[in-house]
Amino acid sequence: MSNPQIEIQLIAAVVAMACAIPGVFLVLRKMALISDAISHSILPGIVIGFFITQDLNSPLLILLAALFGVITVVMVEAIQKTGLVKEDTAIGLVFPVLFSVGVILIAKNASDVHLDIDAVLLGELAFAPFDRLIVTGADWGPKSLWIMGSILLLTLSLLVLFFKELKVSTFDAGLSSALGISPVIMHYGLMSVSSITVVGAFDAVGAILVVALMIAPAATAYLLTEDLKKMIGLSLLFGVVSAISGYWAANFLDASISGSIATTLGVIFLMIYLFAPKRGLISVLYRQKQQRIEVSLITFLLHLNRHEEESERHINHLQEHINWRAVRARTVLNLAEKNNLVQITNNVVSLTEKGLAFTEKSLAYIINNRDEKIEPMKEDFFLFRG
Amino acid sequence: MNIQEYFELVWTDYTLRTITLGTAVLGAICGMLGSFAVLRKESLLGDAISHAALPGIAIAFLITGAKDSGTLLLGALVSGLIGTFWIRGITSKTHLKSDTALGIILSVFFGFGMLLLTFIQKQPNANQAGLDKYLFGQAATLVESDVNLMIIVTGISLFVMLLFWKEFKILLFDADYTKTLGFNTKFIDVLITFLIVLAIVLGLQTVGVVLMSAILLAPAAAARQWTNSLGTMVVLAGIIGAFSGVFGTAISASQNNLSTGPVIVLVAGAFVLFSFIFSPKRGILFREIRFRKNRTDLKLMKTLQFMYGVVQDHENISHPHAIRILNNFQGYTRGSLKKLENEGWIAVEGQQWAMTPKGYKRAQEMYNKKAENE
Repeated sequence: MSNPQIEIQLIAAVVAMACAIPGVFLVLRKMALISDAISHSILPGIVIGFFITQDLNSPLLILLAALFGVITVVMVEAIQKTGLVKEDTAIGLVFPVLFSVGVILIAKNASDVHLDIDAVLLGELAFAPFDRLIVTGADWGPKSLWIMGSILLLTLSLLVLFFKELKVSTFDAGLSSALGISPVIMHYGLMSVSSITVVGAFDAVGAILVVALMIAPAATAYLLTEDLKKMIGLSLLFGVVSAISGYWAANFLDASISGSIATTLGVIFLMIYLFAPKRGLISVLYRQKQQRIEVSLITFLLHLNRHEEESERHINHLQEHINWRAVRARTVLNLAEKNNLVQITNNVVSLTEKGLAFTEKSLAYIINNRDEKIEPMKEDFFLFRG
Repeated sequence: MNIQEYFELVWTDYTLRTITLGTAVLGAICGMLGSFAVLRKESLLGDAISHAALPGIAIAFLITGAKDSGTLLLGALVSGLIGTFWIRGITSKTHLKSDTALGIILSVFFGFGMLLLTFIQKQPNANQAGLDKYLFGQAATLVESDVNLMIIVTGISLFVMLLFWKEFKILLFDADYTKTLGFNTKFIDVLITFLIVLAIVLGLQTVGVVLMSAILLAPAAAARQWTNSLGTMVVLAGIIGAFSGVFGTAISASQNNLSTGPVIVLVAGAFVLFSFIFSPKRGILFREIRFRKNRTDLKLMKTLQFMYGVVQDHENISHPHAIRILNNFQGYTRGSLKKLENEGWIAVEGQQWAMTPKGYKRAQEMYNKKAENE
C-alpha cells in the first residue's frame, strides 16, 4: 500500500465517521432529506465566497456555505409555517432554486475559473491527497484530512457534551422543553453541525456521497438496534467499513471512489434490510405469515368453543362454514392438533382441556379489548408456532 | 439575442423551436403529474427517482452500447421503478420512515450510477461521451426525435389520466373508501406511480437529475394555491409548467452561458413565490389583509357592545352620550366611531353620540347569537 492510498482511506474513514454522527440524529428526527437539501443548496454560498476571496481554499467559503445550509433549513421551515404546502414540498422547492442560483452565478461570472459543478456534486477522493497542508515549509499531510479531522473532533465533543440533551430533545421534544432544554436550540445546533459536516465533506467526497454517508449507515444501524448508543456505534462501524472496502472496490474497478463507497453502503443496507434478525424483510414477512395463521387458529378455536353440536364441528363442515380454502384449513387444523388444543374423533373436532382453557382466556382478553395479551399467551400454550 | 428576437425566431429557427417545444411539453406533463405527487405527499419522490434513474442509463448503455435516447430512457425507467418500489418496501415493511428511505435510495443509486459512469469512461469505447448530460441536463441537445418521443409519451399519459381520472381522484383523497368500493387500489397506485416515474425520466435529458424534482413540484405547488379542485389544479399546473419551460428557454437563449434547466427552475420558483403571496384565497398577502380586517371588525363590535351596555340603562335608546365616556375603553378610536356611524349604528353630533335603533338591534342580535351558540 502506497502512501496516498493510506491517506485516501484515512480521509474516507474520517469523513464517514464525521457524517455518521449527525446522520443518526437526522434519521431519528425524520429529517434525513435535509442533508440532501443542504448538500445542494450550499452551492451559492461557495460561489459567493469564491467571488469575495478569489480563493477556492479559503475558510470563508466553508463558513458561507455552512451559512447557506442553515438558511436552507430556515427557509424550509418558513415556507412550512405558512401552511401553504407540506414540509417535503417545501424542501423540494427550496434546494433546487438555491442550486439553480449557484449554477447561474457560476455560469455568468466564473466560467473561466476552475469551479466546476461536477466537482462540487461528485467530488473526487482520489485527488484529495494532492492538496497538502503546508505550514512553514513542512508538509503536514492532506488538507482535507485536517479539515475533516477537526470537524470530526468538534462533532464528537459536541456529542459527548450534549448527549443527554440531544437524546431527550430527539425522542420527546415536549419533555425536553419541560426540563429546560430548548428543542429549538438543539435543532439549530444539529442543523449547523450537519451543515458544517456536509460542507467539509463534499469538498473531499462530493455532495451525493455525503448524503449516502449520513443516511445509509444510520438507517442500517436503526434496523439492527433501538439503543441510541449502539446505533451510533454501529453507524460508525458501517461507515468506516464501507469507506475502506469501497475504496478497494474502486481500486479494483478503476472507477469513482465516492460512487463505489455509496454502492458499498447500499449493498450493506440491502443485506441488513433483507436479513436483519427482527426488522429485516424476511423475518417481517415470516412473522406476518405466522400471525395470519395464528389468527386463523384462534378464530377456529373460538368457533369450536361456541358450537356444542356435532354437525357444526365436523371436519368437512368447517371448511364451508368458516370459508377457508382446503390448504389453509388443513394447516390450521394440523397446528391445532400438534399443539394439543383439539382432538379429532370420528372426523369430529373437539377442544381438549388445554384448548378450552386457551379459548376461554383469549375470549376474555378479546372482550376486554386487551388483544395485546394474546401474544404472550401464545408463548404459554403453543408448542409449535404457525 | 434579446427576448423579443427570441420570440421572432422561435417559429423559424429549428433548434429554438425544438427546444422550446420540448421544454413546454415537459413542463406541462410534469406539472400535471406533479399535482398528483404533491397531493399524495410524495413530493420528494421525484428527487429520489431522478437520482435512482442514473444507474439504469449506465446499464442500458453498457448492455446495448448505443446512445439512442429511447434505449437509455428505458433503462432509466426500469431503474427508477426499482428505486420507487424499494422505497415503498422500506417504508411499509420496516420502521424506517419515508425520508430515510428516499435518502438512501437517492444517494445509493446515484453513487452506483456514478460508479458505472466512471467505469464506462475508462472503457475503450469512444461512443460514451455525453452520458453525463443526464446529470445536469442539456436542453440544447434535444433533437426532434426526442421531442416527438416526449409528445407521444405525454399523449399516452394524458389519455391514461383521463381514462382513470375518477379512480386516480378517489384514490388520492380517500384510499380506504376506494378499497371498499371494490377498486383495485394496488393497480391504480402502481399506474399513477408509473406515470410519475415516466414524466421524471422524460425530463432527465433536459434538466438533469438534480433539478428534476423542482420541475415536478413547483408548477403543482403554485397551482395548488389558486384552486381547491383537482381538475383545475392539474390543468393550471400544466399551463404553469409549460410557461415556465417556454420562459426559461427564452431567457436562457437570450443570454450567454446560461443553461436552460436552472433558468426554468427559477422561473417556476417565481411562479410559486407569486402564488404564495398573491393567491386570493390562500396567499400570504390576502390572508394578512383578512386577518387585519377581522381584527378591526372585532374591535368595532366590542365598541358597539360597550355602547349597548351604556344605552341599556336608559329608557330612550337614542339618548345622546358624551364621546368622552368611551375614552377608557380600548377598542375605541376616532376611526372606529366614524365606521360605526357609516354603518348607521350610531349618530354622532358634536361631542356626543347616540345609538340608532338599527345599531341597538345589531348589538342585541349579537347577544342572541351568543346565547344561541351556548
